[in-house]
Amino acid sequence: MTKPPIPDALDTYVLNMGPQHPSTHGVLRMKLTLRGEEIVAAEPVIGYSHRAHEKMAENRTYAQFLPNTSRQDYLSGMIYNFAWVEAVEKMAGIQVPERALVARVILAELNRVASHLLWVGAFLLDLGAATPFLYAWDDREAILFLLESVTGSRLTYCTGRFGGLSRDLDADFPRRAREVLAKLKARWDEYEGLIEDNVIFVNRAKGVGVLSRDVCLSYGVTGPTLRGSGVPYDVRKAEPYGAYPRFAFDVVTRTEGDVFARYMVRVLEMRQSVRIIEQALDQLPDGPVLTPDSIGVKKRLKLPAGTQYYAVESARGHYGILLVSEGGTEPYRAKFRTPSYPNLAVLTDVLPGHMVADAVAVLGSVDLVMPEVDR
Amino acid sequence: MSALHALLARLIGDFGATLVLGAGTILGYLTFNVLFLIWLERKVSAHAQRRLGPMEVGFHGSLQTVADMLKLLSKQLVTPLATDHFTFLFAPILIFIPTICLTSLVPLGDARAFAEMPNGLVVVVVLSGITVIAIFMAGWSSNNKYAVLGGMRSVAQVVAYEIPVLLSALSVVLIAQTLDLHEIVSGQHVPYALYEPIAALIFFIGITAETNRAPFDIPEAESELVGGFHTEYTGMRFALFFFAEYTNMLVLGAVGATLFLGGWKGPLAGRWPFLGPVYLLLKAYLVVFLMMWARWTFPRLRFDQLMNFAWKLLIPVALVNLLVTAIVLEALPLR
Repeated sequence: MTKPPIPDALDTYVLNMGPQHPSTHGVLRMKLTLRGEEIVAAEPVIGYSHRAHEKMAENRTYAQFLPNTSRQDYLSGMIYNFAWVEAVEKMAGIQVPERALVARVILAELNRVASHLLWVGAFLLDLGAATPFLYAWDDREAILFLLESVTGSRLTYCTGRFGGLSRDLDADFPRRAREVLAKLKARWDEYEGLIEDNVIFVNRAKGVGVLSRDVCLSYGVTGPTLRGSGVPYDVRKAEPYGAYPRFAFDVVTRTEGDVFARYMVRVLEMRQSVRIIEQALDQLPDGPVLTPDSIGVKKRLKLPAGTQYYAVESARGHYGILLVSEGGTEPYRAKFRTPSYPNLAVLTDVLPGHMVADAVAVLGSVDLVMPEVDR
Repeated sequence: MSALHALLARLIGDFGATLVLGAGTILGYLTFNVLFLIWLERKVSAHAQRRLGPMEVGFHGSLQTVADMLKLLSKQLVTPLATDHFTFLFAPILIFIPTICLTSLVPLGDARAFAEMPNGLVVVVVLSGITVIAIFMAGWSSNNKYAVLGGMRSVAQVVAYEIPVLLSALSVVLIAQTLDLHEIVSGQHVPYALYEPIAALIFFIGITAETNRAPFDIPEAESELVGGFHTEYTGMRFALFFFAEYTNMLVLGAVGATLFLGGWKGPLAGRWPFLGPVYLLLKAYLVVFLMMWARWTFPRLRFDQLMNFAWKLLIPVALVNLLVTAIVLEALPLR
């Protein structure tokens, strides 16, 4: 992508967007160089919520690190929690009961829908529409209640255990889950009428912030942002993990690569997630959710020496964990490949040439979670 | 009212009596109106979003804005060091003056407005554009980049949207054959909105933009410009901008009601004159309610789209509408 040359300082001025700004979603700071209202250069400044998760992982046992996982991405914490658990299980060779495998898919997909719903609301709030926000949060609340009844927490879940889950889904869970899904499905048409058919929204979103396929691939962009640019890459299909191979679902892609495409990908992805959850609820086997020979939280788990990379599809894209073990109770090194980081980096390329109002739309459309960028 | 006026006229003269009564009535009512409109806005937004809104203070939260006002009054006023002090302090006061002048021009009933003007409509159009100077003063003197951006956007927006407002008002003038607001109403046997639906719609969009209401709230777009032109204002000074917005909504709504909805006219208004102001206010609040409804339904336009909308769509349509009105009036002897 060709960038316009940066003109001399007299022609432009710098606008500091953030770290305290209504639409930087947390503590991102964008250093925008503007000419009038047009963006000449954009530089994301990060690190405001750096908590050294990777260093913390080196200093605690595998089980002690469990609560940290869901705090990297507080909006889809379940997926991150299970990713850590599954990475350790794979390295240690722990078997997981069938019921736990399917239950993990149900919980993770519910969390994905909740995360996308929050995004729909927050994104439209960035565009100045306050009402869809409340509607989306209403739907999300129903899912959070459901997840809370299983895990005991609303956002920072810690329900994965090496060898299963900490708690079982109760007998009533499938019925309540189906109720929530039915309510969600009934809402989609309403969203369509209010948002996708709204000429103001379409004008704000179509043709704005176009990310070409090549730019995405060169930056390592993943998740709905990449799929909005026409690349059908989804870890759940590309490197299937857990119980995902058993369920039928499509990888949603759009070719335009603009803000509207990213919106549509997320909205359609929620429908695919619901499809997965419904199949999983039908197939949910009976039995224990934790292997009897599971090494519990209190006992110290030792992993064999070696290096292993494990990836999952989070609500934001490809989340990878690189574990290096020297055979001890703590990892020698744990590296987290978080999807928001490259998704943020690509903004430097896409923002110049847009207006300030578009910056907000584009920033919202890539769905950033700042603690996950900073880790 | 006329008895009171006569009593006062004996003490301070005819002009003085009109001034005191007019200013008292208008300022008193506008204060009440602001409190009511803020409450209404919260209720409208709440019900659009399947919430209840304020419920605790007073009946259905009706005293909530009074409580908020007391809170705002007790807040510390912060003046940033780098501001242009005089302009910064004067802007929130100045923003009220044109609005109050406007109010005095609107005929409340058959008994004429407080300030009678033979070409009142021209004054209305001029005054409604002046508030932008105060907004720009606020934005510029704050010495804050967000505020300057908000102020600049505001000027461009009001300049662009004044033209369609004027053009749509002109098509009413063509039918009424007068610029006098009082005579426009008395000649209006059927609301002109029925003759001129396109002009009425353009006028509505125009006043929504002139009052900086969503989807045209570009000057204070909170997700882009934090607070826009009032970013640096605190406490009661911020509240004054807030009040001015709501006052403006009502007054421009009343002007719209006068031009297109028959003003103070209504069933039995001829028999009982006190019904005149009631009808006018009901119609004005209907317009205000529509503005609120739009705000809680639509996303915000982008700045360049907003300009395109005014210059490339509204103004040509308003011009064509004006032309068609003129031709039809010439061709058909309607009157």
